[in-house]
Amino acid sequence: MSRLFMFEKPLGMRDSLPDIYETKQHVRSALEGEIRQWGYQFIGTPTLEYYETVGTASAILDQQLFKLLDREGHTLVLRPDMTAPIARVAASKLLKDDLPFRLAYSANVFRAQQREGGRPAEFEQVGVECIGDGTVSADGEMIALAISSLKEAGLKDFQLSVGNAGFVRELFLQILGTEERVQELTRFLYEKNYVGYREHVKSLPLSSIDSQRLLAFLELRGGPEVIGRALDLVENEEGKEAVLQLERLWEIITDYGAASHIKFDLTLVSHMSYYTGILFEIYSGKVGFPIGNGGRYDGLLQKFGKSTSATGFAFRLDRLIEALGELDETVPVSCILFSAERRKEACLLANKQRTSGQRVVLQDISGVKNIDACTSKYNDVTFLVGKAGKEPDHD
Amino acid sequence: MTEQLTIAMPKGRIFEEAAELLRTAGYTLPPEFDDSRKLIIDVAEENFRFILSKPMDVATYVEHGVADLGIAGKDVLLEEERDVYELLDLKISPCYLAVAGLPGTKMNDVAPKVATKYPKVAEAFFREQGEQVEIIKLNGSIELAPLIGLSDRIVDIVSTGRTLKENGLVEFETITPITSRLIVNPVSYRMKDERISAMVNALSKVI
Repeated sequence: MSRLFMFEKPLGMRDSLPDIYETKQHVRSALEGEIRQWGYQFIGTPTLEYYETVGTASAILDQQLFKLLDREGHTLVLRPDMTAPIARVAASKLLKDDLPFRLAYSANVFRAQQREGGRPAEFEQVGVECIGDGTVSADGEMIALAISSLKEAGLKDFQLSVGNAGFVRELFLQILGTEERVQELTRFLYEKNYVGYREHVKSLPLSSIDSQRLLAFLELRGGPEVIGRALDLVENEEGKEAVLQLERLWEIITDYGAASHIKFDLTLVSHMSYYTGILFEIYSGKVGFPIGNGGRYDGLLQKFGKSTSATGFAFRLDRLIEALGELDETVPVSCILFSAERRKEACLLANKQRTSGQRVVLQDISGVKNIDACTSKYNDVTFLVGKAGKEPDHD
Repeated sequence: MTEQLTIAMPKGRIFEEAAELLRTAGYTLPPEFDDSRKLIIDVAEENFRFILSKPMDVATYVEHGVADLGIAGKDVLLEEERDVYELLDLKISPCYLAVAGLPGTKMNDVAPKVATKYPKVAEAFFREQGEQVEIIKLNGSIELAPLIGLSDRIVDIVSTGRTLKENGLVEFETITPITSRLIVNPVSYRMKDERISAMVNALSKVI
């Protein structure tokens, strides 16, 4: 290992300097404000969790976890997402009566980088979980809230692609018959390898009709017309029900007046069958990666001892900020430069300006070596130097 | 006005073949791209922007979304494992990945050494054969390695087999056939879906 220079940080770790900190704060509070208005309650959970509990229950791949040992030799993880910790709290503490629970969070999560930079290993997520409501209305609420929050944050150019993991499962299981074969084929979808998917389908001992159905499945992307095409592909009741869920979802989103932001993409899947029903990803034209995602994960709470349904979503604050582009949110800061004999006057003035909501720096002039550099740093500079009683000079 | 599509392409022969394929599919491209030193070529007629890169880098540009689409060899996709959609097998520049070495030689029992430009692919291949090998990463002229005693075997792309032959090497095993693929950034696949679907349809008719 080469010797570290004092300025170095671990791979993927980033500082938030004042400008970006301010921007983050601004975007975060817009999202949080909207989420609160929908009645969600914010909670916090520890940064460290046990690997055996939250680590293994999480949707994040094992090789992306930061692991360490505690004094007893238990493996700990830096939380890779917030959904698993919230499932832990909900299952063990909160879910007392059988009522739907609406929780929210803004928190930093940690995912180790495999090979190179360009992606942060620690980033902030703002998200919600709706626990204990298995209806499509809850799925619709997730999508509508996501759209509404993004609008509140000022994003215009974005789109949600919506799929249903339950539909993919039913269609594949019905045609392929065994769990093993379903997983094999789903893997091609998860790896986004359509060439491999098609070759694999052609290599399977299937009737030409069934092969056709699996190939036509890849085309199930677009507006509400996709629902009809999906319905033609499935034959069993469970499969049809999964499609009808999407039809109801479309109606719900239309009722919210947000349908122009969504498209269907039934090829959307997650690894390890983490998502069990309706799922979605959020894209913006300016960013090469999804700015958020979400979906129904009815299996997770059971891992923490409470069998109940749940759905949620999370935004990635860093990518959302990239999507928003240049935000001209610099708040003016003024400065009062004072000399010792006029300190009291300076304090009173600063107090007055701060009470009226301004940001004011109070700076003893004898601590400033370069007055020109100091005055150019602030939007407005007041000099309270020399003999008392003189009118303040504005720069 | 349609949205611009940015397409990352490897320089050289694959670029020419891919451009020809796009012409056959009905896209209006200039008959010749003559200034070969340019790295960015705009085609106003189709609102395309071509980015010319090293073959190994195409998938990187597409994954990060600075290119919407790309044309990349399957060898690159296997080695780099980038998060991109592999939509079409363009069936151009066919070749294959193979294990080669000096004729009549065996791999060292204790520490078999394999030189390659494809460390991940090579390691995965030998592991599946139940063999742990030591990988030596080279960036080109891989054939040299067994000739001068750097490694027992090489893993490399073979198209005609001439380079191997001229250097007195023989193939031992074929790993997998390789062709060029059309790859797409996951966000572009959704945000520019109409233009991209149209291209996929047009191309799949002429492959």
